[in-house]
Amino acid sequence: MTADHGHEAGRRPGPPADAGTKRRFELLRQMLRIRRFEEKCVELYSAAKIRGFLHVYIGEEAVAAGIVPSLEPGDAIVSTYREHGHALARGVPLEALMAEMYGRITGVSRGRGGSMHLFDADTRFYGGSAIVAGGLPLAAGLALADRMRGHRQVTACFFGDGAVAEGEFHECLNLAALWRLPVLFCCENNLYAMGTALARAQAQTDLALRAASYGMAAWPVDGMDVLAVEDAARQALGMVRDGGVPCFLELRTYRFRAHSMYDSDRYRDKAEIEAWKERDPITALVSRGRADGELTDEGLAALEEEIAVEIERAVEAAEAAPMEPVADLTRFVYSERT
Amino acid sequence: MNEKRVTYREALREALREALAGDDRVFLMGEDVGRYGGCFAVSLGLLEEFGPERVRDTPMSESAFVGAGIGAALAGMRPVVEIMTVNFSLLALDQILNNAATLLHMSGGQFNVPVVIRMATGAGRQLAAQHSHSLEGWYAHIPGIRVVAPATVEDARGMLPTALADPDPVLMFEHVSLYSTEGELGGADRQVDIDRAAIRRPGRDATLIAYGGTLVAALAAAEELSGEGIEVEVIDLRTLRPVDDATVVGSVRRTHRAVIVDEGWRSGSLSAELSTRITEQAFYELDAGIERVCTAEVPIPYARHLEEAALPQPAAVVEAVRKAVG
Ligand SMILES: Cc1ncc(C[n+]2csc(CCOP(=O)(O)OP(=O)(O)O)c2C)c(N)n1
Ligand SMILES: [Mg+2]
Repeated sequence: MTADHGHEAGRRPGPPADAGTKRRFELLRQMLRIRRFEEKCVELYSAAKIRGFLHVYIGEEAVAAGIVPSLEPGDAIVSTYREHGHALARGVPLEALMAEMYGRITGVSRGRGGSMHLFDADTRFYGGSAIVAGGLPLAAGLALADRMRGHRQVTACFFGDGAVAEGEFHECLNLAALWRLPVLFCCENNLYAMGTALARAQAQTDLALRAASYGMAAWPVDGMDVLAVEDAARQALGMVRDGGVPCFLELRTYRFRAHSMYDSDRYRDKAEIEAWKERDPITALVSRGRADGELTDEGLAALEEEIAVEIERAVEAAEAAPMEPVADLTRFVYSERT
Repeated sequence: MNEKRVTYREALREALREALAGDDRVFLMGEDVGRYGGCFAVSLGLLEEFGPERVRDTPMSESAFVGAGIGAALAGMRPVVEIMTVNFSLLALDQILNNAATLLHMSGGQFNVPVVIRMATGAGRQLAAQHSHSLEGWYAHIPGIRVVAPATVEDARGMLPTALADPDPVLMFEHVSLYSTEGELGGADRQVDIDRAAIRRPGRDATLIAYGGTLVAALAAAEELSGEGIEVEVIDLRTLRPVDDATVVGSVRRTHRAVIVDEGWRSGSLSAELSTRITEQAFYELDAGIERVCTAEVPIPYARHLEEAALPQPAAVVEAVRKAVG
């Protein structure tokens, strides 16, 4: 992260002692930052400041927070329309993400992508694809290129459980295994594809088992436990980077809110939602920190304050940011030749 | 210049060989491009010369390998992806339209996609309704990609290096009837300009617009008409998107008559687009209505006589020109 996000390392709250404490505090920061950003997006959507489709990541933060910071700077990421969390965890500037929600020229995609199409060349963040499973072939190609050029970089590819029913998923897992492509497939299994529950769409609901049938290491992970996710990510990334083979993680998670802001969530049982909220990954980590005596109320409050300030500044900046001139409407259809 | 006679297929192969030898970012991938030598034998021998990393046989997964070509291009490679025929490209349409054509724009100019996607197109070999269609006009509908159709041996040789130098996705359509045709290849600089249509035969009485496989029928018709004293200007469109309006409209302004030959179906076709462009830009220059010779609106049938009847034949082109001139 760069200094213009509004906080330098020296100002970070909390007095982290040992490495483990530091690590847990960092994970908490990542998750909380995503949660508060998403909550702000919901609020701004309700105020009609953000339009289009908006899919928030609330409830699933442990997945991005556990995996993305485990990547190296040169690694590539391909994600879906539910990608704010991945972009934030990657260090894509929050201010530019918020500006994109506003459709401003200062947005990561100059206002041409919106919530579903966040891109950032500096961090090799390749979107933001809103075609279910449409990003998997790109991930295979990015990994192929990195391998052909002798780089040790890997590509992390995020997608939902719904993608497992698509042909592109199966084509790509086969290709990646066959060609030994360094891709970490991260399946965010939140049990629903819009209103369709997993068992209503998948004949075999053990998604890791299906990935394993292509001849790659694949296993399920508790996606509500950020420490478990991080451990799994490190293990899997080691296999991908050092072994030069793809690997598949099924992150078992849940979205606390509706599929998108358009969705009235009629297909899920309230009790089911409440039961999953009991397993909120942020609450769990906070409780653990408190119990272990490594997280104080002041530490948490200071972290909240830091995040709130960063988000508020981003909103102010987005409100004030200019729009792309309409005269430039047809730019970026073809590359500009100099 | 050192002239030599080669087939269209050999010209394509030579272009691929030169690209593979000259730039280690270039690689070829597709179904049966390696061990088999390409389903139209275009890449025969390239596996032996460049090895399996750079001449890659893929599984039958059009979406995955076309998308992988797009992804590899994003990461700095210059992939040439071969799809057996345009009919199968429909299984990769998602990748071509939703990724290749949109990424630069959706990313606000951050990610261009320098991929070349080649495929065979067209009828004439009695392969019936799932191997014979001409869908390049559909692709020409899409902003964000460039669509080219080499109709001559020189263009088969020269369009690939130009396409590879393009920072954006280029789709190259090779008409199946052309692979075995022969022509002269000049020895000079091979790269050809793909921004311009070419006047393949000058004439004053009517403008005949064709591309790819239909150029042969157009030139045959022009030859016959010349015997009747009708001199037709034959334009090879070469690039179907973006269309070179200047050359097309410039010719129509001189001849005042336009006939379009298109192997696509008439409704919603490239010929419809060209006709509209001409009327938009040169309506008052026209001395006759625009004529179109297209494929009959039927899935291409197997039986030879039916297939021939479905396709734009020189006789129909001659008839259309006579009507425009008459
Ligand atoms: C190919 C395709 N089909 C349908 C849609 C419409 N759609 C958008 S999101 C979605 C559900 C996807 O669910 P999942 O992959 O589990 O991801 P989640 O939203 O749960 O994160 C659907 C059907 C789409 N965007 N793309
Ligand atoms: Mg889901």
